[in-house]
Amino acid sequence: MSTATEQTTEQTTAQSERTTRTLTFAKAITEGLRASLESDDHVMVMGEDVGRLGGVFRVTDGLQKDFGEARVVDTPLAESGIVGSAIGLALRGYRPVCEIQFDGFVFPAFDQITTQLAKMHYRSRGRLQVPVVIRIPYGGGIGAVEHHSESPEALFAHTAGLRVVTPSTPQDAYDMIRAAVASPDPVVFFEPKGRYWSKGEVDLAAAPAEGILDRARVARAGTDVTLVAYGPTVATALKAADELAAEGTSAEVVDLRAVSPIDFPTVVDSVRRTGRCVVVHEAPVFHGVGGEVAARVTEEAFYSLQAPVLRVGGFHAPYPVAKLEHDYLPSVERVLDAVDRSLAY
Amino acid sequence: MKTDATGGPDAATQDVTPLVQLVAPDGSRTADPEHAAYRERVAHLAPADLRAMYRDMVLTRRFDDESTALQRQGELALFAQGRGQEAAQVGSAHALAPQDHVFPSYREHGVLHVRGVDPVDRLRLFRGEDHGGWDPAEHNVQLYTLVIGSHALHAAGYAMGVQRDGLVGTGDAARDTAVVTYFGDGATAQGDVSEALVFAAVNNAPLVLFCQNNQWAISEPTSRQARGPLYRRGEGFGVPGVRVDGNDVLACYAVMADALERARSGGGPTFVEAYTYRMGAHTTSDDPTRYRERAEEDYWRRRDPIDRLAALLRSEGEWDEEWAADVEAEAEALGERLRTEVRALGAPPTTAMFDHVYATPHATVDEERAWLAEYESDLTEGAR
Ligand SMILES: Cc1ncc(C[n+]2csc(CCOP(=O)(O)OP(=O)(O)O)c2C)c(N)n1
Ligand SMILES: [Mg+2]
Repeated sequence: MSTATEQTTEQTTAQSERTTRTLTFAKAITEGLRASLESDDHVMVMGEDVGRLGGVFRVTDGLQKDFGEARVVDTPLAESGIVGSAIGLALRGYRPVCEIQFDGFVFPAFDQITTQLAKMHYRSRGRLQVPVVIRIPYGGGIGAVEHHSESPEALFAHTAGLRVVTPSTPQDAYDMIRAAVASPDPVVFFEPKGRYWSKGEVDLAAAPAEGILDRARVARAGTDVTLVAYGPTVATALKAADELAAEGTSAEVVDLRAVSPIDFPTVVDSVRRTGRCVVVHEAPVFHGVGGEVAARVTEEAFYSLQAPVLRVGGFHAPYPVAKLEHDYLPSVERVLDAVDRSLAY
Repeated sequence: MKTDATGGPDAATQDVTPLVQLVAPDGSRTADPEHAAYRERVAHLAPADLRAMYRDMVLTRRFDDESTALQRQGELALFAQGRGQEAAQVGSAHALAPQDHVFPSYREHGVLHVRGVDPVDRLRLFRGEDHGGWDPAEHNVQLYTLVIGSHALHAAGYAMGVQRDGLVGTGDAARDTAVVTYFGDGATAQGDVSEALVFAAVNNAPLVLFCQNNQWAISEPTSRQARGPLYRRGEGFGVPGVRVDGNDVLACYAVMADALERARSGGGPTFVEAYTYRMGAHTTSDDPTRYRERAEEDYWRRRDPIDRLAALLRSEGEWDEEWAADVEAEAEALGERLRTEVRALGAPPTTAMFDHVYATPHATVDEERAWLAEYESDLTEGAR
């Protein structure tokens, strides 16, 4: 005869099996938003075309139908207006989740985000909280026209007070969007749009891991080199790690999850063990997140390093035309090339 | 968008009067005494001028259809159709003088056609082969702007420059210059467009803000952008506005000619709302069945701007079958040219992505260019 505790455990397992579904990355965010809208009636979704259309990437598909026009709001075409009014709504106790249609269109709101949203808590000495989430599809590789493929995360990461995060798997997307909505801080939530259609198992019942927005994730364990990536380049790094394994090199892949603030201990701990580090992002290397990672690793793991920290990413040029984007974006080959240089150092 | 039983704009919620209209949907000329001054503006247009407008509208539509087909075949990354807006674009562009300067958004294929921007060049951006595609100085047409509303301010500043250069109010028709910016109903919500009104107004700049209210900003009807009529948007800024039937090519010509003359003579900026309809999808990535009714599309199809001008020409006995066949043949040839030449556009060399980052060379860029070139040549040699 089983004890009461055992029965409960059995039930939970059965339940969580039922709640695990194969979802696309985009749908995982939809479900995360749905869960947030269900659990707190002060949560709102707002942005251009998020209502009836369900957003140009359909991430908010069905939400207006289920939660009504008052909670899933088609806003006027004005990003400064979207974020500025979201700040006001947040000051009034709401939790707005703003959608910016594409990375290149966030800049009309840059003033509101950096001078107002980021600093409200600080300048009110903690009396005011502005739990606004700004969702931004970002990154390239989808054959788009100008302003639809950029990776501007460093521009936001440079502003203290914002949490700048980006998931790399459907499960993380589901967990991190819920954590972002629940966060008392403003969160800039970058969604790797090139991954929207990739699929994965998502456990819809599990609560997001405590502090998921603060902690990097070891996506693959290894011993010879640490590949630090986030968002769209985690998949690139994992593919590179597969190829390296075939060649006898064991690569550890660290998924930062948050590019500001950064979980340095997880990164530094990994590099102390592997002695080598390559950072991979789509954004330009010059003045990028990789520079910060490289500096911190050099400061904190200098004696463990067998080679300089190398960076693989975009160039110091505007995002190029679609015909050239695959030469601009960090490919598996370019990651392997950097690992070769690190190993050969 | 709220529609009545016919699929047309619901009269209770959308008052479309006043509306400058010179040709009714059935092709007959209107006689409204209030619009006498606008009729004056088109009085000098000969049948040949009307036929030229017709031809430009037909060629614009063919460009649209052909480009949409090329996108479907994978030759273009994206395309934004202008179907339904040919009268607003062709009519307004016909009123421009060569020295006038245009700041378009991204759907103004008809304006560019009239200005003479090569049709293949117009597709370079949509092919993902170029971020611009033409030389702005060649036809006084700036590049398309994808960030909604930003170019309205550039146009205001350009107009301020024209004014400083003393090219306003000289009385010399070959010198006096106006600037036009085209944008949509959605764009009116952007701060930049309001700021453009402010800057144009306080400087009395020679600017026409030409808003094509095509009823939709992707999936959002104009009622999500504004509660009052758009043509009145400038009033509070001190910029007078006028609403014109955007599917009436003569009315668009007349209203634009009027606004341009005001600008060129030193009378200051004007806000024009061309009331029209986006007959196609927002872009080739869009699916309008998700957000609008078939009845509405049918209503506007019955108000096709090209049919209206054809009806006018017919009713005035100026329709000539031989000429119409020539226009058709010309459209065929345009289609043929696009199909061959767009397909033949290759990709730029990889290192072109480093060209023109700065006006003068810098080691930062040069090193990266050299690195990528070497990396790619190693790759082709199979170094790894
Ligand atoms: C600043 C900015 N925000 C969002 C977008 C995405 N977007 C592209 S077109 C469009 C709708 C534009 O509507 P409107 O101004 O009416 O012009 P139309 O497309 O109807 O010609 C939107 C939201 C953008 N291009 N730029
Ligand atoms: Mg519109």
